[in-house]
Amino acid sequence: MISLAGRDILHAWGKFVFTGIGLGLLIGVTLSMAGIYRGMVDDAQVMLDNTGADLWVVQQDTQGPYAESSSLYDDLYRSLLDMPGVEYAANVTYLIMQVGHDGHDVSSMVVGITAGEPGTPGQPRHLVAGRHITRSHYEAVADISSGFQLGERIRIRRNLYTVVGLSRRTVSYNGDPMVFIPLKDAQEAQFLKDNDALIQQRRRNAENPAFNRPGIPDLLAAVNASQSTNAYVNAILVKLKPGTFPEDVAEAIRRWKRLQVYTRTQMESILMDKVIDKSARQIALFLVILSIVSAAIVAFIIYTLTLGKIREIAVLKLIGTKNRTIAAMIMQQSLALGIIGFVVGKITATFWVPIFPKYVLLMPLDSVAGFFAVLLICALASVIAIRMALKVDPAEAIGG
Amino acid sequence: MGGKGIHIEGLKKRYGEGDTAVYALKGVDMQVAPGEVVGLIGPSGSGKSTLLKCLGAVIDPTAGRMILGDEVIFDDGWKVRDLRALRRDKIGFVFQAPYLIPFLDVTDNVALLPMLAGIPNGEARAKALELLTALDIQHRARAMPSKLSGGEQQRVAIARGLVNRPPVILADEPTAPLDSERAMAVIRILNHMARQFETAIIVVTHDEKIIPTFKRIYHIRDGVTHEEVGEGRGFE
Repeated sequence: MISLAGRDILHAWGKFVFTGIGLGLLIGVTLSMAGIYRGMVDDAQVMLDNTGADLWVVQQDTQGPYAESSSLYDDLYRSLLDMPGVEYAANVTYLIMQVGHDGHDVSSMVVGITAGEPGTPGQPRHLVAGRHITRSHYEAVADISSGFQLGERIRIRRNLYTVVGLSRRTVSYNGDPMVFIPLKDAQEAQFLKDNDALIQQRRRNAENPAFNRPGIPDLLAAVNASQSTNAYVNAILVKLKPGTFPEDVAEAIRRWKRLQVYTRTQMESILMDKVIDKSARQIALFLVILSIVSAAIVAFIIYTLTLGKIREIAVLKLIGTKNRTIAAMIMQQSLALGIIGFVVGKITATFWVPIFPKYVLLMPLDSVAGFFAVLLICALASVIAIRMALKVDPAEAIGG
Repeated sequence: MGGKGIHIEGLKKRYGEGDTAVYALKGVDMQVAPGEVVGLIGPSGSGKSTLLKCLGAVIDPTAGRMILGDEVIFDDGWKVRDLRALRRDKIGFVFQAPYLIPFLDVTDNVALLPMLAGIPNGEARAKALELLTALDIQHRARAMPSKLSGGEQQRVAIARGLVNRPPVILADEPTAPLDSERAMAVIRILNHMARQFETAIIVVTHDEKIIPTFKRIYHIRDGVTHEEVGEGRGFE
């Protein structure tokens, strides 16, 4: 038996190809949306991977440092180093900032890190160019997606930093490039006031009788000095000795240091369930809407194509064609349209993904799932046309 | 009749029930021998199309008896289970417009019926080509229907109607869209094919040009047929 669907498609190939291209662009958008979600998840995981930490120690009763603010004294890490199972502990600060570059700002996550061996927690793990930070001030390592160049001077608040190294895939959970700077600079940048604000603050302190007591001349100077420095960090990243159970060490820190501690699994859960959850649900809703729109378009196209063949279908039924042959013809056309659309969509998505400003990750398994989803949608979308075709009375082929 | 052709006795068709019941066919008697071409004529609303649909097994008669070839197919109810197979294997159709499948070439339009009956593609196409040759249109075997003239399309439609060698062909106004010359050519072909393949052909027509060509004519009026001897000119 010849393929009626195949012959019809070959006969009207232009109509099918152009309709398939239109559908394919829609499928391309759908695949890209799935890729954007995957990219967000990957960004979050990469951010956690890049810290090199096994535990995140943060302020008690907070879910910092990514989901909410957290402040810890910057000398706490020393006491953690004495805890059993802890190999390394390092302070870290995270600041979402606009980093000035070449006359415009780049939205970045500025990470304050302590000097240490490459590979210790907080340090950028792999550089693609340049070197790690070796000085205590005004050096930066930036993610390559920031557009910064080696040797370039970038502005963070009032200070200029020299880019000494470039890293790749060191991004925040929302895809912003990370810029690593020395911890002290980051602490300063976090609460750096302008000159007018400093004068105002000193005037207020001088007029405050609690700070400017007669007979204690150094008190005011001490208060001013304490307000000009920042002794806080957002989190302490802890690397454990091999063979240590993270939850055991975490429990000990919670109990004896009275701090909040998260393991890698818990931190990942906070990012997925709290930080990117709304964006993920938004994308999921988009995917559902796009799937419905695709189904509606396929259904409409197949319905219209079938409507144009009513007389032929009546003749086919009159000359003895089985209902299942006619149904198969319509469904095969719908599936063929879906396959053309998927191929076009996959190709276009692959080509346009690199120009997206955020990381888009097209997973092969998503494509496979997408392919079967397209086939399912096309099969379901053909049902309306099949119902109409099966209702066609073969007597319509006979006049009168 | 010798058990061949088609034989109809007291065929009735009622639409509606009770007070609203209308009899479109009130007891049609008709018989057409193998190799014979008869005309079925009548005014609009006389029941021609209803009779054709009953004969074509696309609507259910209310009562009566129909014998097709050697087989009683209706006797106050259908006696065959699969009407679709009956239409495919035992009844050929030729329509007012050819209604060829536009996405199949001429050969496959004709070969489709045997293919639907389960005959392998190659064999089905060979049967189709044989008929196309008999109808002198084999040179257009690979052409698409849209490339054919009206007369050529109607010849392909006749080939499609004949390809499964049905005992009866129902032709519904087969010459309506054609000019006199082509209309007469179609009738000539139908007569020739009827004799060659021992097929009974019923031609429903309004076409004054072709009515004189029938040896026998059935007039249908108010759901009842009356047989009449026609002039039968031209095709002996």
